[in-house]
Amino acid sequence: MNIFLVAIGGFFGAVTRYFVANKLSFLNNSFPAATFFVNLSGSFLLGLIMGGFPSSKWTLLVGIGFLGSYTTFSTFKVEMINQLRKKKWKPALIYMFLSYFGGIVLAFLGFLTGLRL
Amino acid sequence: MNYLAVGLGGMAGSVIRYLISFYTVNLWSGYFPIGTFIANMCGCFFLGLLTGLNENKEVIPKTIMLGLGTGMIGSLTTFSTFSLETIQLFESSSIMAGFYVLSSICLGLLLAWVGFCIGNHRSRKGRLEN
Repeated sequence: MNIFLVAIGGFFGAVTRYFVANKLSFLNNSFPAATFFVNLSGSFLLGLIMGGFPSSKWTLLVGIGFLGSYTTFSTFKVEMINQLRKKKWKPALIYMFLSYFGGIVLAFLGFLTGLRL
Repeated sequence: MNYLAVGLGGMAGSVIRYLISFYTVNLWSGYFPIGTFIANMCGCFFLGLLTGLNENKEVIPKTIMLGLGTGMIGSLTTFSTFSLETIQLFESSSIMAGFYVLSSICLGLLLAWVGFCIGNHRSRKGRLEN
């Protein structure tokens, strides 16, 4: 049952990420905007879920399944490798810093918001 | 068709991540989120590898690449859980939280790079032989 909930969430999380990537692909020349957007919004929403609805069924379906798949770590790293190969040092560093800093701060803000729900 | 490939891959990736977390929870006696860490590091290597293989020529067809890369490996790895775990680690030990972030930054980048180089090397070799 647990695996089933994770799988359903994972299906829709990946599809939503792909949808966002298609919609924001016109921005990709300057900055990997789609990955940046899903990772930051997903971090905030996971904080919100864990703060506001910490029951295990929600955590499995929405937290581990949907938001776990909606956000991605591997694409983020491969995009950084692509930037570094093109010697775009500064954009790569900015992308890295904003993703880590923003993701962690937004997860924290989401968690605080969730506690108040 | 593309959306179905991504969705099915995402299903597999998230289930594998869940199982890794489930079976590795006892590997580290402290609070270190070893499951997410293993999933993220493996994913960096394999996505680098796939990207490298397709760098010179389309070795892997687009739909399979979407299912495996965007769907499965994209979902195997996660950024939201990483962010939240970092905050939870901060509450118990800020040193551990710093270690988690730094090791994810450095090792993730290194593994993605190594994967890419192996894949790129293979695809170049294949092109010369043809």
